[in-house]
Amino acid sequence: MSSAWSWFVIVGTLGSLIVFAVLLFANRRTSGGEDTGHDYDGIKELDNPLPMWWVGMFVLTIVYAIGYLVWYPGLGNVQGTAGWTSLGQWQAEVDRHDERFAPIYARLAAMSPEELASDRVAQQVGRRLFLNHCSTCHGVTAQGGFGFPNLTDGEWIWDSGFDKVKHAVLNGRNGIMPPWGAALGDQGVADVTQYTLSLAGREHDAEAAQRGQAQYNTLCVACHGADGSGNPLLGAPNLTNDIWLYGGSADEIAFTIKNGRNGNMPSFADVLDEQKAHILAGYVTSLSQ
Amino acid sequence: MKHEVLEKNVGLMMAFILVAVSFGGMVQIFPLLFEGELSKPIETLKPLTAVQLEGRDIYIREGCAVCHTQMVRPLQHETARYGHYSVAGEDAYEHPFLWGSKRTGPDLARVGGRYSDAWHVAHLMNPRSVVPVSNMPAYPWLFENELDGEDTAAKMKTLRILGVPYTDADVEGAQAAVQGTTEAQALIAYLQSLGQDMKGFGGAR
Repeated sequence: MSSAWSWFVIVGTLGSLIVFAVLLFANRRTSGGEDTGHDYDGIKELDNPLPMWWVGMFVLTIVYAIGYLVWYPGLGNVQGTAGWTSLGQWQAEVDRHDERFAPIYARLAAMSPEELASDRVAQQVGRRLFLNHCSTCHGVTAQGGFGFPNLTDGEWIWDSGFDKVKHAVLNGRNGIMPPWGAALGDQGVADVTQYTLSLAGREHDAEAAQRGQAQYNTLCVACHGADGSGNPLLGAPNLTNDIWLYGGSADEIAFTIKNGRNGNMPSFADVLDEQKAHILAGYVTSLSQ
Repeated sequence: MKHEVLEKNVGLMMAFILVAVSFGGMVQIFPLLFEGELSKPIETLKPLTAVQLEGRDIYIREGCAVCHTQMVRPLQHETARYGHYSVAGEDAYEHPFLWGSKRTGPDLARVGGRYSDAWHVAHLMNPRSVVPVSNMPAYPWLFENELDGEDTAAKMKTLRILGVPYTDADVEGAQAAVQGTTEAQALIAYLQSLGQDMKGFGGAR
């Protein structure tokens, strides 16, 4: 605050206090019960002094205000003797929190994945972190939903393992399948859908699947592999099992082929530090073991 | 002046009351209003794009601010949950600001990038589909209503008068950018923008 405005605040605040005090004491003396001449239905107003308890309270508030302004920053750029700032209060809170919890996080973050899976505290902390940060998409039971992977079934689109999970937490994941509707046409989409069903060993139209196989081997093979087992490096799901992130009905598979998918898990590096990501990865990994 | 003069003259009494009660306001508001230190934008602040701006108006229309704040207070449990506490400079282009005052739902000041677009789609269509215990209403009509963007340029021009640095190119391209997007797309674009300008913010103000 510039010093002119600082003085404006100081003069305005202290000036008000002084005016209040002067007003109070200027009205202290009265004529001592004289009739003011105000008469309402026979009720007369007498000129009596203010009750002492009321005057006392008024004086107390002024004294309190002066004490407050000395202790806290209230007068423009005057900092106050307590040195209080909103930021300092926040920092103190954070420090208190860190002092209490940093040793716990540090101890848990030094554990191996196996230890994290068996340690009771690690599981509790991990579960709490999961509920706060992950459950909004993956669900409180970690079983996911449409477009949000199930973390309990042991199937990992981006490969299994503690390190992969931790990497996903800190860096996010983005699995993109391009739309193939324009390249395949409606017939092509239907054929590839039948071939996809055949890869999973499900009921399908063999003739259409055969036509679809040729298309699959030019367009889909690069990511999902010749045998349909997927590619964890690209986040291309395995098509040979019974797990379907975006629905497994023929219609839903056809929709995915036609329009593509964009599975995006954001990075949590802003919110979770390395230690918390470590503990969380231990908890998530343990869910499918 | 005698009390009697004041007590028997309503107009004069009102004038004196106004002067008396405005002192506190003047001391608190005037320095902030005229000095401008607190309305100086943070360095990384960018004005909302045309689509995000329309999304913001849908946010206002649907009353999101009634249940969601956009104000991370400097308290440990809030900065741990949401991220950096809110600073004055990040709201320099907000007319009006949407800080809100009631938290039925979580604070949204840092929600940008926290969830994927697909999550927002599922959540706006039916919040219970992703958060079973949510008591937020569903907003399915946002997916049906399309924006024509006819007023977007005018809104940007108005905001420019208020100090938001929109360029002529921004204003000219506004309608084309907005036309054909659904209200849901615009709202999600706005939500994804919240807090993004604060990433990498180092200052403390």
